Amino acid sequence: MLRTAITTVLICAAGSAAAQPAAPAKPAAKWTMPRLADGHPDFQGVWTNKTITPFDRPKELGNKEFFTADEAKAFVKKTLERNNRDNRTDDVSDVIGAYNAFWWDSGSALLPNMRTSIVVEPRNGQVPPLTAARAAAMAAQAQAVKVRCEKPGCAVSNFGTPAPSDEPQALDLMTRCISFGTVVPMLPTAYNNNYQIVQTEGMVAIDTEMVHQVRRIPTDGKPHLPATVRQWYGDPRGHWEGDTLVVESTNFSGQHFGRMTAADENLKVTERFTLVPPGILTYRFTVDDPTAWTAPWTGEIPLVPIDGMLYEYACHEGNRGMENILSGARKEMQKAGAK
Amino acid sequence: MVSLPALAQSSGKKPNLSGMWQALNSANWELEAHAAEAGPTALGALAAVAPGPSVVVGGEIPYLPAALAKRKTNREQRWTADPEAKCFMPGVPRATYLPYPFQIVQGTDKTMISYEFADTVRLVHMKDPGPAPADSWMGWSVGHWEGDTLVVDVTAQNGDTWLDRSGNYHSDALHVVERYTLRSPDVLMYEATIEDPKVFSKAWTVRMPLYRRLDDGAQLMEFKCIPFTEHFLYDKVGR
Repeated sequence: MLRTAITTVLICAAGSAAAQPAAPAKPAAKWTMPRLADGHPDFQGVWTNKTITPFDRPKELGNKEFFTADEAKAFVKKTLERNNRDNRTDDVSDVIGAYNAFWWDSGSALLPNMRTSIVVEPRNGQVPPLTAARAAAMAAQAQAVKVRCEKPGCAVSNFGTPAPSDEPQALDLMTRCISFGTVVPMLPTAYNNNYQIVQTEGMVAIDTEMVHQVRRIPTDGKPHLPATVRQWYGDPRGHWEGDTLVVESTNFSGQHFGRMTAADENLKVTERFTLVPPGILTYRFTVDDPTAWTAPWTGEIPLVPIDGMLYEYACHEGNRGMENILSGARKEMQKAGAK
Repeated sequence: MVSLPALAQSSGKKPNLSGMWQALNSANWELEAHAAEAGPTALGALAAVAPGPSVVVGGEIPYLPAALAKRKTNREQRWTADPEAKCFMPGVPRATYLPYPFQIVQGTDKTMISYEFADTVRLVHMKDPGPAPADSWMGWSVGHWEGDTLVVDVTAQNGDTWLDRSGNYHSDALHVVERYTLRSPDVLMYEATIEDPKVFSKAWTVRMPLYRRLDDGAQLMEFKCIPFTEHFLYDKVGR
């Protein structure tokens, strides 16, 4: 199903975020916390966390946690230009990596908190080093791919490096339509950084648009799944600390994507959601995986309400790319006399 | 023990349909009345077609005569052509009577229905947002209350889903109106009226109870079936 990736079409959708009452006649009405009948804050609505703020702090900024106004302007300009440098118009060659500002949906602004990175702990804004064992395991995997790709049947992957492409299980999770982002924690990616929250007593449901991934977060105190049961996105449990929703996710299967690729089955993610004026959902998360990273790390990236809707991202149903990729690799291998 | 204000209060509040629900019949095998049948040889009795009565009001689906041939072809190819086997989203109403649970999250002006199978989800808009912007696998759902019944109007499905594992099908002209009514705190009566002038000679209705899952520890779990279908879909590609 063809689907444009431009910023969400502004349709007059009902149910805008934070369920504020209709604007009264006098301006600057005081913001009050919207609440459900059970008294807990109401997070319902459509949200985005797209941002120009980098995930981790550019090395040249060292321990500088905040931009000045001038630095922010320069950084935004540089980033937008870099993201839009591919402006080919007549070229009919391979479209791998042919993304420019038409596609990227990072918006055009830094986070209003003027931070130089989403990662806030460690204080240097960098994810801690991997454990020696994890680093060795990932290096061995990368070396195995390199060796494999000296033979036919590899293609340049979504990440710009050659990878086996003759079996679906060898391809990345994005090409398989299994995962396009981290989902937990909620980190922005290239586009479709949109989420729908629907909430009722005892349950908060967060739908991540890409790829229609719902996290059903019970807040009724039921225990986690048994430790023998592992899931791609873990098993979330929520509870309220005052007006903050705290969600703890465990039971991960160890298959992760993007910024979380290094994580394994020992991952635990803790998230904290708090609504603040004028209706921003602050989001702070901690990633704790002692067999992957030498220390836990924490990030902050707020969710901002948007006046729009989520679209169905039927990736697997329309995955013609998979057929073409496999077909190309297998034909290449047949020609070369491989199995 | 979960305590939810399930039935309507005397103050006129809407019923709360939130919770974990599941159909308990063999409608997903075949909507019309059917005897048991063999499944694929390699699976012995594991994937045999379970018998069941009709869930169609009046018994039979009113196909246009010209539309019956395609059902027959579908049925003959059921083990390879069924979109459910491909881990595709099942559409409405099939998502309701898959043999897997779903979660209704009844919010303020949206009702989310999250289905265990294939991470399927749809959002029911409780305030009319206008017509569908595009067609989709799960369609465009607009809901309203008629007394204690949640009525959901579903349009803009793309025509690529089946209605069951026996080849009953529809086109992209499908229009479904669902009705959800609590019969008791743990039984939700479900009806779906189906119209599709390209395939059926008149509207018809399926009707069945949905049961609240009361088991200790019951919750929707991950059923990401893409890895289970990749050999099925792609082993022969390019070979």
